Amino acid sequence: MSIQDQVIAILADQAVLEPADVSMTSTLEDLGIDSMGVVESIFAIEETFDISVPFNANQPDASDFDISSVASIVAGIERLKAEQG
Amino acid sequence: MKRVVITGAGTINALGLNVADTMAAMREGVCGIGQLKFRDVERLSIQIGGQVQDFPPEGQYNRQQLSLYDRFTQFTLAAADEAIRQSGLIFSGELSAKSGVVLGTAGGGVSTWDDNYRAVYEEGKNRVHPFVVPKLMNNAAASHLSMEYNLKGPSFTVSTACASSNHAMAQAFAMVRSGMAPPMVTGGSESMLCFGGVKAWEGLRVMSRDACRPFSANRNGMVQGEGAGIFVFEDYDHARGRGADILCEVVGFAMTSDASDIVTPSKSGAARAMAGALADARINPDQVGYINAHGTGTAANDKTECAAVADVFGPHADRLMISSTKSMHGHLIGGTGAVELLACIMALRDGIIAPTIGYQEPDPECALDVVPNEARDATVTYALSNAFAFGGMNAVIAMRAV
Repeated sequence: MSIQDQVIAILADQAVLEPADVSMTSTLEDLGIDSMGVVESIFAIEETFDISVPFNANQPDASDFDISSVASIVAGIERLKAEQG
Repeated sequence: MKRVVITGAGTINALGLNVADTMAAMREGVCGIGQLKFRDVERLSIQIGGQVQDFPPEGQYNRQQLSLYDRFTQFTLAAADEAIRQSGLIFSGELSAKSGVVLGTAGGGVSTWDDNYRAVYEEGKNRVHPFVVPKLMNNAAASHLSMEYNLKGPSFTVSTACASSNHAMAQAFAMVRSGMAPPMVTGGSESMLCFGGVKAWEGLRVMSRDACRPFSANRNGMVQGEGAGIFVFEDYDHARGRGADILCEVVGFAMTSDASDIVTPSKSGAARAMAGALADARINPDQVGYINAHGTGTAANDKTECAAVADVFGPHADRLMISSTKSMHGHLIGGTGAVELLACIMALRDGIIAPTIGYQEPDPECALDVVPNEARDATVTYALSNAFAFGGMNAVIAMRAV
């Protein structure tokens, strides 16, 4: 499975949606994922890709990991895999 | 209904090993938060905390005691020694039979769990020390305190996460006020600063890596602390009758439950607790000069707490002072309200308001007088101490200068 498909599977699971309902332009808010859901999703991403994601729930905008859309999350994971791999 | 006063106070925390040193540090705006030191700390992404320094248990406690006293019990007994000594009370006969101890802790013997899980899982041992259970149980500290001082009345431990010690002190207050117990020993203790304790908190992604900056626009989370605060709550007539030194009066409390979210704070739950404490104390909002805030330094708590204060106090919210001493000693979780009660005593008795240190940028969502960075002299007649816990359980205590 590609990174994109794995991320979509993680977010769909969190949002209790079908993967087909999650697009690359979806925001977490669109998917109905709240702040606790974000923290759980990031944990799942770290476990799946064996990376460490810099994310502080107090400053989601200031974190070095852009969670504004599915596409930005995929891009962030690709960058972290390259850096941490 | 009896009047209830505080006749003894004791503490141990990152700012000091007693009340005098702790209050001196609060006056001077000392930061007790620094690099954590314990096994495997290098595996944590959060490596700062308000750790108690210069408190080696060896030498203070004998081998038998060390096999039974987790660090949270050690903190409790050290603080209780100071508080009960100051009160001058000796518990014997009928006084002993009626007096009890109610303490708060969120985690109890966390490092005892941690050490023994490590032994059986990581090190593959198949045997643990016979006293692991009595050492880690949440009521261990209250039990040892009762044994040490012969307290045979109502005694138990309250656990409501970050509000544990406020709930405990509220219970003790209610017991003395009702006439059930002439004095009660109360407060709370916490010691989560070990690998497993901090690792669990790390997971929530609400911890700061650099500092606790309550109410500051650039705040980025909470910082854990550890320690204990212990007090003697006593019937006013009983205290006066024996000529005891009175630190301040406890005049009311309220507890509420948000009944909404397991971690996100609620403005109405916090506001109802503050308004309830004022009503219980029969005071008007404009009589309150100082609030010791819950003030964790998280984005969510601080703005919610400030909005709740604005709701309860109206225009007076802009005139009262509100500070968070967690900026100095860290968040002691179940023991935090007990250590923070000292800031209220300092305000009421000494007329010194402890500052919120680390304050760098005003936040329009926290636009109150947070006593930034420097202590202030002020005459305060009434003070509140706030505690708002995970799980939505809130407890607020109201105090008066005597």
